[in-house]
Amino acid sequence: MSTLDYILFGLYPYIAISVFLVGSLVRFERGQYTWRSGSSQMLRATQLRWGSNLFHVGILFLFVGHFVGLLTPHWVYEHFISAPAKQMTAIVSGGIAGVACFIGLTMLLHRRLFDARIRATSSVMDVAVLIVLWVQLVLGLITLPYSLQHSDGSVMLLLSEWAQRIVTLQGGAAELVAGLDWPYRLHLVLGITIFVLFPFSRLVHIWSAPVGYVFRSYQVVRRRAPARSTL
Amino acid sequence: MSRFLDRLTYLRKVVGDFSNGHGVVTTEDRGWEDAYRNRWAHDRIVRSTHGANCTGSCSWKIYVKGGIVTWETQQTDYPRTRPDLPNHEPRGCSRGASYSWYLYSANRVKYPMVRGRLLRLWRAAKTQQRDPVAAWRSIVEDPAKAQSYKSMRGVGGLVRSTWDEVNEIIAAANAFTVKTYGPDRIIGFSPIPAMSMVSYAAGSRYLSLIGGVSMSFYDWYCDLPPSSPQTWGEQTDVPESADWYNSTFLMLWGSNVPQTRTPDAHFMTEVRYKGAKVAVVTPDYSEASKFADLWLHPKQGTDAALAMAMGHVILSEYHAKGKSAYFEDYCRRYTDMPFLVRLVERDGRLVPDRFLRASDFADKLGQANNADWKTVAIDEATGQLAVPLGSVGFRWGEQGKWNLEARDATGAEAKLRLSLAGASDDVRAVAFPYFGGIKHEHFPHSEHPDIIERRIPVKTIATKDGNVQVAAVFDLFLANYGVDRGIGDVNTAGSFDDDLPYTPAWQEKITGVAREQVIAVARAFADNADKTKGKSMVILGAAINHWYHADMNYRGIINLLVMCGCVGQSGGGWSHYVGQEKLRPQCGWLPLAFALDWHRPPRQQNSTSFFYAHTSQWRHETIGVDEILSPLAPRRLSGSLIDFNVRAERMGWLPSAPQLEVNPLKLTRDAAAAGKEAGPYATQLLKSGELRMSCEDPDNPANFPRNMFVWRSNLLGSSGKGHEYFLKYLLGTQHGVQGKDLGEEGGKKPEEVVWRKAAQGKLDLLVTLDFRMSTTCMYSDIVLPTATWYEKHDMNTSDMHPFIHPLSAAVDPVWEARSDWEIFKGIARTFSDVCRGHLGVEKDLVLTPLMHDTPAELGQAFEPKDWRKGEIEPIPGKTMPQMTVIERDYPNTYRKFTALGPLMRKVGNGGKGISWNTEHEVDFLGRLNGTVTEPGVTQGMPRIESDIDAAEVILALAPETNGEVAVKSWAALGKATGREHTHLARPREDDKLRFRDLQAQPRKIISSPTWSGLESEHVSYNAGYTNVHELIPWRTLTGRQQLYQDHPWMLAFGEGLCLYRPPVDTKATAPMRGTRSNGQPEILLNFITPHQKWGIHSTYTDNLMMLTLSRGGPIVWLSETDAKKIGVEDNDWVEAFNVNGALVARAVVSQRVNPGMILMYHAQEKIVNVPGSEITGARGGIHNSVTRATVKPTHMIGGYAQQSYGFNYYGTIGTNRDEFVVVRKMVNVDWLDRPLAGAAAE
Repeated sequence: MSTLDYILFGLYPYIAISVFLVGSLVRFERGQYTWRSGSSQMLRATQLRWGSNLFHVGILFLFVGHFVGLLTPHWVYEHFISAPAKQMTAIVSGGIAGVACFIGLTMLLHRRLFDARIRATSSVMDVAVLIVLWVQLVLGLITLPYSLQHSDGSVMLLLSEWAQRIVTLQGGAAELVAGLDWPYRLHLVLGITIFVLFPFSRLVHIWSAPVGYVFRSYQVVRRRAPARSTL
Repeated sequence: MSRFLDRLTYLRKVVGDFSNGHGVVTTEDRGWEDAYRNRWAHDRIVRSTHGANCTGSCSWKIYVKGGIVTWETQQTDYPRTRPDLPNHEPRGCSRGASYSWYLYSANRVKYPMVRGRLLRLWRAAKTQQRDPVAAWRSIVEDPAKAQSYKSMRGVGGLVRSTWDEVNEIIAAANAFTVKTYGPDRIIGFSPIPAMSMVSYAAGSRYLSLIGGVSMSFYDWYCDLPPSSPQTWGEQTDVPESADWYNSTFLMLWGSNVPQTRTPDAHFMTEVRYKGAKVAVVTPDYSEASKFADLWLHPKQGTDAALAMAMGHVILSEYHAKGKSAYFEDYCRRYTDMPFLVRLVERDGRLVPDRFLRASDFADKLGQANNADWKTVAIDEATGQLAVPLGSVGFRWGEQGKWNLEARDATGAEAKLRLSLAGASDDVRAVAFPYFGGIKHEHFPHSEHPDIIERRIPVKTIATKDGNVQVAAVFDLFLANYGVDRGIGDVNTAGSFDDDLPYTPAWQEKITGVAREQVIAVARAFADNADKTKGKSMVILGAAINHWYHADMNYRGIINLLVMCGCVGQSGGGWSHYVGQEKLRPQCGWLPLAFALDWHRPPRQQNSTSFFYAHTSQWRHETIGVDEILSPLAPRRLSGSLIDFNVRAERMGWLPSAPQLEVNPLKLTRDAAAAGKEAGPYATQLLKSGELRMSCEDPDNPANFPRNMFVWRSNLLGSSGKGHEYFLKYLLGTQHGVQGKDLGEEGGKKPEEVVWRKAAQGKLDLLVTLDFRMSTTCMYSDIVLPTATWYEKHDMNTSDMHPFIHPLSAAVDPVWEARSDWEIFKGIARTFSDVCRGHLGVEKDLVLTPLMHDTPAELGQAFEPKDWRKGEIEPIPGKTMPQMTVIERDYPNTYRKFTALGPLMRKVGNGGKGISWNTEHEVDFLGRLNGTVTEPGVTQGMPRIESDIDAAEVILALAPETNGEVAVKSWAALGKATGREHTHLARPREDDKLRFRDLQAQPRKIISSPTWSGLESEHVSYNAGYTNVHELIPWRTLTGRQQLYQDHPWMLAFGEGLCLYRPPVDTKATAPMRGTRSNGQPEILLNFITPHQKWGIHSTYTDNLMMLTLSRGGPIVWLSETDAKKIGVEDNDWVEAFNVNGALVARAVVSQRVNPGMILMYHAQEKIVNVPGSEITGARGGIHNSVTRATVKPTHMIGGYAQQSYGFNYYGTIGTNRDEFVVVRKMVNVDWLDRPLAGAAAE
C-alpha cells in the first residue's frame, strides 16, 4: 500500500467528513440566504421536468442503496440474503436507477451549459457540481462490468468493510481498497470529494429535504414569543 | 444564539394542539420573518414626483434605505376636494412606479462625458495655448479637426472627463461663439417648464444672461393647437380633470384617457356612475373605446368632417330655429357671431372679407383710440351700429372699457343683433371655399365644386370708402355649414340625408361613420348642453392634433362647444391635454427663467421654424403653397413655405434665431462708431439691403446655430421631427435621408432664401444634460450627468389638478451627478472667468417679434405689407421686429445668475398684458434667502444660490402662490376691465406658499388673472370661466370667442371659417415604392404615432421594468388585413421607410388597428434592441426617421391681436400625421455588432 493510498482512503475520508459537517454547520449559521437548491425553473422550464425528476429519483435510490449497502454489517443480513445475491440485486436495481439518473443528469448538464439564460446565471460551483456528479455517475456505471467479473460479492464486502471501518474509527481501512481496480478507487475518491464540495455548493439543500412535511399537522402555529434556548 | 442549536428542539417543539390535532402550536424561531419585515423597512420617506412630460404631477412617496432609494409608492394625502367630488388620489401609473430603477441602472449617466475625439483635440490644443477660447477656436476653425469629431456623433466614443474640464470646454465654446458670431448663435432646448421649473430656469437663465436663445417646445411637439390662440387668444387653457366629474356628457375625441391620462382617468369612470354619457371617437379600438356608450371610428385624419356634420345637425335643429334661448344668449354675448364682416366682390363673386372696424367710418364711430382695432355690430334695440366694449382696441391706450358688459363704447346698453335676418336689405349669394373635393390616393373625396355659394342676408352700410355690404358672422357661419335658413337656397341641405357639405350624409363617405350615429351624438351633445347650460365636454388629444390641417379638426370641435355654450361653464368645454403642463406659477417663474430681473426682453425662438430652416428640411419641401391656397384667395400668393416664414420673420410676426447676419455685438459697436443709435442704424442697413436677416440665408456659415444645450429633453430620440435631417445637416454625421434636395431634383426653389450648397455639421458643440444615456446623449459632444427626480429640489405643476407639487432630494445625486441648477451655475461661473479678455461689458441688439399681450399686437390691421419689397416703411415694433439694445456684463454672468436683479424693483412684474409692483416681494426674498454681501454688481440683492432659493423666488413672485400678489394682479386687471375682480383672491390674501409647505403636502394654488379659470371652494378649475362669469374679454380681436378669422392670410388659405380639409400629400413614398426591393411584398400605410403605453414619450422605454411589460424593443402595430397582404406574422421584424429615412420594429398584428394605418407608439428609444435597417444600413431609426416637419403659413401670422407671437403660444407646429410609409417584412436582421467601417478605434 502506497502512502497515496493511505492518504486517499485512510485520511481523506476524515478530512472530507470534517469539512462536510463543520462546513455545513457554518454555512447554515452564516449563510441562511444561501441555503437553497438554486432552482432555475423560473428561467427555463424546458428539460427540467424530465431531467430533474429522472435525476432526483435515480440519485435518491442510489444514495439510499449506497448508504444501506455499505453501512449494513454483513452479519445483519447474511441470514436473509447471500452476498452474491445481494450484489446482483444491487447491480440490477442500481444499474436501472443509474441509467435513469444518467439520462436526467445529462439533460440537466446540457441545459446548464447550452441554455444561454441558465449559463449566464450559473456560478462556477453550479456547473462544477453537475460535472462532478455526472463523472461520478459514469464511474459508478463503469464499475458494473467489473463487479460482474467477481460475482461472489467479495469486492462488495471489501468496500462495505472499508466504509464501516471508516465510520467506526477502526484502523486498517485503506489497505482493504488499495488493491481494487481503478474504477472503484476513482469512484471512491470522487465520492469522498463530493462530501468536500457539499457545504460550498447547492448540495446543502439535501439537509433540508422536506421530509417532515409529510408528517406534519395540517396547520402549524408558531408562537410570537421567540424560542428561548435553555443552553 | 445559534441557528442550528435553536432548531434542536425536536422533542419539545410542539407545545399544544387544537382542532383535534389538525393544528399544532410550536415555539419555533420566527426570526426569519424579519427578512420580510426588513424588505419593506426604510429609513425615511421623501415626497417627490416624476418630471416626465405626462401632466401627471402625481404625489409619490420615495423610500430611502441605507442611503439608497429603494422603491416608491403612491401618496394619498392630497388636500380633500368638495363633498360632491371624488378624491384625487391615488395618482400614479406603472411608469412612475418603475422610476427608481433608473437611479442605479447601467443606463445612468454617472460622470461628465466627452466625445473621445473632441477631448483628444481639446487636450492637445490646451498644451499649445493656455487660453481656452483660443484653444476652442483652433479646433472648430480647422475644418478637418471639426469634421473628425462631428462625423462620429451617434456612434459611441464618449469618454469620462471631469467637471472642471467640461465646464471649461463649454465656457470656451460659448465665449468664442458670442465673440465671433454673436450670442444668438447659442441655442438652448428644454421643454415643458412645469415638469421641473427650477431646472428649466437654470439653463434658460444662463442663456438669457449671455444673450442666448431659448427654444419653444409646445408648438414643435405639435401639441399646441393654433386654433386655441386663434379662437381665444389663449395658448391653451383647459379644465382640471376633476371637472370631468361635473360634466354630464363627455366626448373622448382622439384622446386615449386611460392610457395617457392614467392618474386622472378615474374621474371619467366615476362620473359614468353618476349617469354621464361617454362618446368616444377614435379610429382604432383604443383603451378609451371600452368606456364608450357609443364608439365612433372615423377614418383617421377626417375628424373635421365628422365635427362639421355634427355642427350641421346642431345648427339646423337649434340655432336656425331659435330652439335654445341659452345657446342664443351665449352666442350673442360671448362669441363674435353678432359682429359684422365686410363682403367684397372678387372674380364676380361676393366673398367674406375682414371685420368691419370703427375706422371704416369717417367719424370713426367716435373712437379716437385704436379705431382700426375696434369691431362693429348692430344694436338690436336701436338698429344702429355699435362699437361693443371688449375688442382689442379697448385693451391698449385706454382703460376701463375692456370688458364683456353688454354695452357699447359710449357706455350705453347694447344687445347685439345676432343675425341680420329680418334686418337685412338684401339676400346675396356668398362664396365659400370647399376642399373636400381634393383627390388623395388614400383618402376619399366628394364630387363637389371647390367653391360653393350660399345665400345669406346682407346689409349695405355707408363707410368712408363708400357703400359696402356687410354680413353678420352668425349668418356666414350657418351658411358655411350648409344650414337651411328657409330662404330657398339650393346649396343648403333640406335634410340630413342630402349629400351636400357638411351634412351627416356627406360625411359618411369621407369618414365611414354612419349618419345616424352622427345625428344621435350631435343631438345628445346639444340637448345635454341646453338642459344643463353647457355641461357637455370634449376631451381631445394628439390623435387629431398632429395633422397638417389639425386646425380644422380642432375648430370643428371648438365650434360645437361654443355654439352650445359649453366653454367657460363648469363641467363643459374644451379639454385638450397634450403636452400642456400648466406652469401654474408662471408669472413668478418668468423673471427667474429668462433673467428678466436683469435684462428685458429675452431671446426666444419658435422651434418648428428654427429646425425647419437649420436642419434643412426646407431644402426637401414637397408641399407647394398652391396646394393649400384657397380657390378664393385674392391673389396667387407666390413662394414656397419657407418664403412665408422668412416674410413673417421680416415683418416681426415670428422670431428669428440667429437674428442678423452680423454679430449684434459688432453691430452696436459699428453704430456707435457711426455715431448712431443701434436700432435705427440696423433698420437703415436692413432697408438698404446692406444688412440681411439670418433667415434669408440659412446655409451661410455666418448664420449657423453654433452651440446647443439640450436639457430635460430627448430632442433627437423623441421629438425631432425629421430626425434623419437633423443628423445629416445639423450634426453632420451618419444619417438615413433617402431623398434628394430641391437642388438635386431641380425643383422650384424658394424666392426669399439664398440657395447654396447644403451645409452639414452646423453645430460646433452639442451639450446634453440627462440622467440616462438617451439617444440625444449618444449624439452629443458633451454629456453632463444630472440629478434624477429623486435627487433634486424643484417644483412641478399640471393642468390636470390644481396642486403645486415639489420634487425633493431623497438622496444626494449619486456618482458625479449634479442638479441642473448646480450644473448651469457651474457653467456660469467658469464662463465668467473664461470670457475675460474676450468679452467685457457689451451692447447687444435684440430683435423681438410683435408680441401677444403687448401693445405691439396691434401691428398691421389690414393687408400686410413687406418693407423689404418697399411696400411700407420699416418701423421696428410695427412693420418689423422690435429692436432693443441690452447691456451685458459678461464677466459678471455668475454674480447675476445667483442674485435677483434690480429690474424687479425698478420695473415690477406682470404677465399676459398686466403688470404690478413687486417691491414688497423683493424685500421679502431678501429676508428669506439673505442678501449678497460681497461687493460687486449684486451687493444687497436677494441671493439665489440653491435650487430651493430659486423655488422661493418663484413662489414669492407668483400670484398663484402668494395671495398678496394675487390680489395685486386682479387689481391690475381691474384697471383694464373697469371691473372689480379682487374678490376672487381676497379670501386667500394672506396665504404664502413656501417650498417646505409643498413638501409637507401638495398645495392648492390661488386664483389669478394669468389663467381663465378659478380655484375656489365652489367650482373646479374650468377654462374660460372668468371670461364668462367675470366678463373678462378673451384676448382676441373682437374680445369674444372668435370663430371667424379675418386676417388676410387666413382668408387666403381658406380658413376664415372652419371646414373640412383632407390630409396633405407629402409625396414621401413614391420614389421608394418598389425601387429598393428585398423580395418581400410592400404596402403603403399611414404612419400614426400615438402616445405610449409603456413609457412617457421616450422616458421609461429603456427601463428594464417597462421593457419587460412590453416586448422589450421597438414595435409597430398592423391590422390583420394589412399584415396578411404582406405576409407578416405577429412578432416578425418589419421595416417602414420613405424618402425621409427608415425604421425597423417588430410587428404587433392586432384587430385593434384599422386597415390602412401603421401605428407606432412614438419615441421608442434607438438604444434598446434595435437592429440595422436594410434601407439605410444604419441602426434602426426612431419613429421620426420617417417624418419631416412641414410648416403652415397661417401659423406664421403675427402682429394681429390674438394672432401675434408668444413663446409657445403661437407659431408653426411640427405636424407629422399626414406621412405615409412603405412597409415590408425584413429579410436580413443585422444587429451591426461589429466596429463601424472606417472609424478608428476610440
